Amino acid sequence: MPLTPVLSRRWNDRESWTLAAYERTDGYLALRKALTMQPDEITAVVKDSSLRGRGGAGFPTGMKWGFIPQAKPGETSGPGLKPKYLVVNADEGEPGTCRDLPQMMNDPHSMIEGIVIASFAIRAHLAVIYVRGEAVHALRRVRAAVAEAYAAGYLGNNVLMSGYDLEVVVHPGAGAYICGEETALLDSLEGYRGQPRLKPPFPAVSGLYSSPTVVNNVGTLASVPPILLHGADWWKQMGPEKSPGTSVYSVTGRVVRPGQYEAPMGTTLRELLEMCGGVREGHQLKFWTPGGSSTPLFTDEHLDVALDFDGVAAAGSMNGTSALMIFDDGDCIVRAVGRWIKFYAHESCGKCTPCREGNPWMVQILDRIERGQATEEEVDQLLDICDNILGRSFCAFGDGAVSPVLSSIKYFRQEYLDHLTPGGCPLDPARVGERALAGSRS
Amino acid sequence: MTEGGAGQSGRHSAAYGRDGTAHAVASPVDLGDLGASRTEEVVPEDVPPLTEQTRREVREIMARYPRPRSALLPMLHLVQSVQGYVSSAGVALCAEELNLTKAEVGAVVTFYTMFKRRPAGEYLISVCTNTLCGFLGGEEIYAAVQEQLGIHHDQTTDDGKFTLEHAECLAACDYAPVVTVNYEFYDQQSVESTTALVDALRAGDRPAPTRGAPLCSFRETSREIAGFSEADRAATALVGPSVGEPSIAGLRLATQRGERAPAGGASATAGKDA
Repeated sequence: MPLTPVLSRRWNDRESWTLAAYERTDGYLALRKALTMQPDEITAVVKDSSLRGRGGAGFPTGMKWGFIPQAKPGETSGPGLKPKYLVVNADEGEPGTCRDLPQMMNDPHSMIEGIVIASFAIRAHLAVIYVRGEAVHALRRVRAAVAEAYAAGYLGNNVLMSGYDLEVVVHPGAGAYICGEETALLDSLEGYRGQPRLKPPFPAVSGLYSSPTVVNNVGTLASVPPILLHGADWWKQMGPEKSPGTSVYSVTGRVVRPGQYEAPMGTTLRELLEMCGGVREGHQLKFWTPGGSSTPLFTDEHLDVALDFDGVAAAGSMNGTSALMIFDDGDCIVRAVGRWIKFYAHESCGKCTPCREGNPWMVQILDRIERGQATEEEVDQLLDICDNILGRSFCAFGDGAVSPVLSSIKYFRQEYLDHLTPGGCPLDPARVGERALAGSRS
Repeated sequence: MTEGGAGQSGRHSAAYGRDGTAHAVASPVDLGDLGASRTEEVVPEDVPPLTEQTRREVREIMARYPRPRSALLPMLHLVQSVQGYVSSAGVALCAEELNLTKAEVGAVVTFYTMFKRRPAGEYLISVCTNTLCGFLGGEEIYAAVQEQLGIHHDQTTDDGKFTLEHAECLAACDYAPVVTVNYEFYDQQSVESTTALVDALRAGDRPAPTRGAPLCSFRETSREIAGFSEADRAATALVGPSVGEPSIAGLRLATQRGERAPAGGASATAGKDA
C-alpha cells in the first residue's frame, strides 16, 4: 500500500495550526459547500462514504448522525424538539494511542471544520470539545483555533452569513482514562465523576443533559471536510469497501522509526514495518497490539492481517485506534501484561464490581507470576477472573482489560509457565540487557 | 497506582505498597480530607487565599456552559491554580457557587488524578511507566528520579520545588519514553537526560520542552488549563513546537517515495510550504 496522507497532510506545514495556513490548503472550503446543502444531504454523503468512527469502535458515522431525532413539520412535542449537541471526544489516553494529540496540536482547524459541518447536519447549536486535561499544548492550540474561527465568522451567530448559529466550548478533562468512554465523558462533562451510564438509552436519544447527542472522535471529524470536498467516491477509493478511507497508523515501540504513518485502511503490519525500518536490529517481532492495549494481542503469525475494522476482527482482535505497539523477543510477556493490568486497575472507575475487584486481583497474580512465586493453577485462575469480568460490566473497559490477559495466555502460555520454574523469568531484565548488548555488537 | 496506602485517590479500589506490589484491597470510597470531617486539613502557611477575583473567574467559567455544573472541572483547575492544590476552601467555594454540598464536590475531586490533595511543587514531574514507555526506559527513569529527589509517587520535596508521579499513558507513545513537566512534553528521554533536566530545574533554569510551550509553574499551567492566560504568555505559549520526527515520519517517507492520496475534486495543495 502507498502512503496516503489526508488527515496528517498539513502537520509539517509552517505554522500549520493557524487559520491562515489552513485556509491556504483548502481550509473551510468544505464548510462553504456544506452550507449550500440540506443538512440531511450532508449526512447522506457521510453515510455513502462508509466513514467509520476513528475513536475505536468503528461505528458508521453517518448512521450515528442519522439516529438524532429531528422534529417533523407540525410536531409540538417529542425528542426531535429538544436541543441537540455535538460532543467531541478528544480525551485520548488508550495505551498506544497517540494520533489525536498531533492532529489537534498541528491541524486543529481540520477538526473544527468537521465540527461545524457535523453540527449543521444534526441541527446542533452547541458543540463541546472535551480535551484530555493533561494535553495542555493541544488545549492551547484548539482554544486559539476556536477563537480564530469565531473571529473569521466560521463559528458563532450566522456562520458565514448562512443564518446558522453554532457555539463551541473547549472543555478540559482532569485525568481519568475512563472519560474516553462516551457516556462517562458525558457524566464528566456534566460535572460528575466520570462513570459510564447504562445503554440504552444511547446518547443519540439521551446524551448531554438528557438531550440527543452525537459523540465523535477527533479523527472522525477531521475526516469529514475532505470527504465532503472530494466526495464519498474519492474516500472509497482508499481501503476496503466496508471500512474505507485512510488510517493514521501509530507504529511505536521496538521499531527503528516509530511514528505516524497514514495509509489506506487494510494496510498490513508487514507493510508498516517496512515503512518504519522494521524491528530494532538483532531482534524479532514477538507480540503487538493492533489497536491499543484493549485489543487482543497479535504475534508474528499476524503480519499479513489487513488492518481495518473487519480484517482485524476476522483475525480475532479489534482495529481500535490503529495503535500498533510493537514488542520483540527481548520483551517479557508477563511483565507487559502486568503493567497494562496495573493501568486498568488504576483507571477502573469502580462502578462495576467485576472490573473494580477483578483488575487488582489480576495485578496481584501477575506480579507473583513475574516473580516466580505463583503456581500453574493461578495462570488458570487468571482465565477464570477474565471470564467473570468479560461482558459483566456496564461499559467496554472491563472487556478491554481482559484482552491482553486472554490473548497473551493463548499465545504465550508456555512463557507464563516458564516463570514458575527455578530461575524465574526467562527474559529477566538484567539478562535481556546482556542480550541486547550482544545483539548490538553482532 | 497509589503508593503509600489508600486515600490518595478515591477512584482506586486497590492500594499498592512502596515496592509497587498490590496489597489488601481497600474500600473504593475514601474521601480522605475532602468532604468529610475525619481529618483536619493543615493549610500550609505559604498557600495564598482564594480571593474575590477567584470567585469572579469561577463565575466566568460557569457562564461558558448551558448548565453551571458542567463548569466544575475547569473551576477546580482554577482554584488549584491559586493554591497549588484543591483545598477544603477550594471545594467550599465551588460548592457554594454551584449550590452543591461539599461532599458532592469532594466526590468529583477525588475521582480525577490531576486534582492534587496537597500543595504540589513548582514542577510536577510525570514519568510514563505504562508498558511501552516503561519497557523503553521509563521504569529506569522513574527509579532514577525517585532517588535523585528522594521522594516517591505523589510526594513533594521539602523545598516545594518538585512533585513526582508515575503517570499512565500520556498519548505520546511515538516519542517513548516520555516525561512531562507541568504537562509539557520532554520526548525520547533517558535516565541521563531526565536527571539532567531535574538538575537544571533545581538550579533555576527552565529547559525548553521538546514539544509544548516555554515551561511555567504548575500553578500557571493549571490556570491555562482552566482557560485563562495572561496576554504575553498566551502569545509565546502558542508558538511552542508541536512536531518532531515521529509525527511526520510517514509524511517524510511519502514525499521521498512520491506517494500521496488520490487527487480529489478540489486541489490538494497541502505541503507546499513544508
